[in-house]
Amino acid sequence: MKEFAQLLELLALTPSRNRKIEALKDYFARTPDPDRGFALAILTGAMDFKNVKPAVLREVVTREVDPALFAMSYDYVGDLGETIALIWPHHGGEEELPSLTELIELFQTTSKAELPKLIASLLTRAEINERWALVKLATGALRIGLSARLAKTALAEMSGKDLQEIEEVWHGMTLPYTALFAWLDGKAERPDIDHAARFHPMMLSNPIDEDKDLLKLDPADFSAEWKWDGIRVQMIASRGRVSLFSRTGDDIAAAFPDVVDAVFGDAVLDGELLVGRAFEASSFNDLQQRLNRKLATAKQLAELPAFIRVYDMLFDGQEDIRALSWSERRARLEAWFAAHPQTRLDLSEVLPFASWDELAQLRRTGADEHGHEGVMIKLRSAPYVPGRPKGLWYKWKRDPNVVDAILMYAQRGHGKRSSFYSDYTFGVWKGNEIVPIGKAYFGFTDEELKQLDKWVRTNTVASFGPVREVKKELVFEVAFDSAQLSTRHKSGVALRFPRINRIRWDKPVGEAATLEDMSVFVSAT
Amino acid sequence: MTPFLDRDLRVKPINAFIDPPQPQARAIITHGHADHARSGHGAVLATPDTIAIMKTRYGEDCAGTFQALEFGVPLQVDDVQITLFPAGHILGSAQVLLEHKGQRIVVTGDYKTRPDRTAQPFELVKCDLLVTEATFGLPVFQHPDPLDEIRRLLRTAMAHPERAYVIGCYALGKAQRVISLLREAGYERPIYLHGAMIRLCALYEERGIALGDLRHSLDVPKAELAGQIVIAPPSAIKDRWSRRLPDPVLAVASGWMSVKQRARQSGVELPLIISDHADWNELRETITATEAETIWVTHGREDALVYWCQQQGRVAEPLNIEAYEDGEEEGE
Repeated sequence: MKEFAQLLELLALTPSRNRKIEALKDYFARTPDPDRGFALAILTGAMDFKNVKPAVLREVVTREVDPALFAMSYDYVGDLGETIALIWPHHGGEEELPSLTELIELFQTTSKAELPKLIASLLTRAEINERWALVKLATGALRIGLSARLAKTALAEMSGKDLQEIEEVWHGMTLPYTALFAWLDGKAERPDIDHAARFHPMMLSNPIDEDKDLLKLDPADFSAEWKWDGIRVQMIASRGRVSLFSRTGDDIAAAFPDVVDAVFGDAVLDGELLVGRAFEASSFNDLQQRLNRKLATAKQLAELPAFIRVYDMLFDGQEDIRALSWSERRARLEAWFAAHPQTRLDLSEVLPFASWDELAQLRRTGADEHGHEGVMIKLRSAPYVPGRPKGLWYKWKRDPNVVDAILMYAQRGHGKRSSFYSDYTFGVWKGNEIVPIGKAYFGFTDEELKQLDKWVRTNTVASFGPVREVKKELVFEVAFDSAQLSTRHKSGVALRFPRINRIRWDKPVGEAATLEDMSVFVSAT
Repeated sequence: MTPFLDRDLRVKPINAFIDPPQPQARAIITHGHADHARSGHGAVLATPDTIAIMKTRYGEDCAGTFQALEFGVPLQVDDVQITLFPAGHILGSAQVLLEHKGQRIVVTGDYKTRPDRTAQPFELVKCDLLVTEATFGLPVFQHPDPLDEIRRLLRTAMAHPERAYVIGCYALGKAQRVISLLREAGYERPIYLHGAMIRLCALYEERGIALGDLRHSLDVPKAELAGQIVIAPPSAIKDRWSRRLPDPVLAVASGWMSVKQRARQSGVELPLIISDHADWNELRETITATEAETIWVTHGREDALVYWCQQQGRVAEPLNIEAYEDGEEEGE
């Protein structure tokens, strides 16, 4: 555990990417199995202890520390895990902490009732840096600025293997990755992968630059589809088993049995997960209710049925067709649909257009009349290339809606921003009062953040814990993708994907929007 | 009993201020850090070390007159008796005991109770009213053994001898403490100084604190600084100054460094939790041991310490004395 704690600290504090890779390589090379496999799982976020939750840790600590003092400390430190590690008042068990493997086993096998006692004893036994690592590990919220990709890059550099190959092998591996390391160490053959049954990194698009790109591109070379407002998924049906992966490769099949159980035929498909009846997509809010759960309830399955709007095919049966052009893959996809009628899969429509102007017109009406997010433009001759290759797929989003709103409250951020007031709640006029319509914490530059932080500190009228109410004197131009009716918000309106577009230092609050102004956006979606 | 000290630390019967932020006719100065010792007062009362520090930093005529008072020697001024006791914070740092009509008031200034070879060791003084600092007045601050921190630095430096190790610390107090800790840990090699450190290190040596082989980092060829320790102000690493160092590692020595997110935010690669202030446990132990019934809390995170005192059945309140912005305290 000591070595792992040192690694975590080094990763957290070393700004240089190369040094992080060096440290990871070094750790993986000298740590035995299965410790290094578990470490890899923790670093890549593949580890989850279902009983160890932040609430449990908080409870363990507030049994030992006055809750008011804990609250003041948390407010100061800004990171729950770190607060717990620093505030723990007992030190110096003689016994060293168990190894990483033993620790993980303890977390997984200890009953909910026994867990607080275990955690308390571990915290007492740990040295200061270990305590920090222990809490990070238990909660799974590392927040050390390390991506799974960087960990895999270190594996690639350590072994001389290709990163792409590691990614592909990765998803077939189970904890603690002993077979993976044996292969990386050159002591075993590459693990056998059922290619058709594993997650394949997705192909992503680039935003189009209307002024530059469209002039250069010939519309005849491209196909277009609606950009759907759901989540991107990869559906893998192979030999009677169906998996559903999110864009990051998380298996979410358990939450969508209605889709998974209704699939016929073998294929690896790329599409958008949506909810709605008869392939009529409803709002993202509805989808979110299903996404937030690991398992769906019977009521949700009945009221919010899910389906996938399919737009690409990676494997036709067991055959890898990623090297084929989009046109050929599309033909295969249509043939597959014809041969395997589906109830929860639906083909994404290809939009006919002869010129970019015509497509621009379609994009506008699609946004205004149906609330589409925009259009996707795909090069007909392009193979399926994982990552974000340039020039093959473009997204052409609808123009964002903007509204001038008034800053009402500010809250300090977490992690890197724990000393800045960086989360802003803003509102619009409802008669003579201002009602909140949303919250945003990005869209501004670091320099603007400093200015905003200063403005908040000098214009505070009241404080509630970490939240400050400010003078109603600053206007933000807030951009958002859509607005929906909501019973959860006092204003009755909820914004989708709000961000600060501009800070209107110049604008008087009297000219900010009213709730009536907002109704235009609501009816449009 | 109404205290004879008011809340901006004016000793009412003799109209003298303790560590006043504005120039005053009479000032009692606890120690030489800039947020406590300012220039321009009429008459200054302080320890000989503090007076020497003030003269070095601000010039010989930075106050109208100086009166040196040794530790433990009572001084009668009208009907107030003043005695200075070591605060253990930096060289010459003092707590001020004020006695008047049977009432005892102690103003701690900045203090720590742990041993430090560069400062006279803290002495506990019992009193009725204690005015305590609270720089680290939150239970998250539990400072580790500073020698362990120094050993961690030395281990890292040994593992990566190709890089230079810049320890960012303030020129007065922390720099000399870190050097002295390095010597205590058995580090005998030369220690290199940024220009801003030289004057005060020399003053410490003059006043009997041995710091070993110190050298100016200027004009030392870059390659020679690989694997060496350089003491510099924290801001210097962002300066062009740091370009003369081979692949420098920034190690900041401060009590704030216990908060990793904070270290990360300020680009510190090797945080060293070394503080010249009492941590949460020292603050509480000291408050309890003085047996003071009333506690005034100042300079730092007052709220938690006031809350704790009240939970203990003491009368406690925060003093809102203008302090340096978070993290910029000179002592840290």
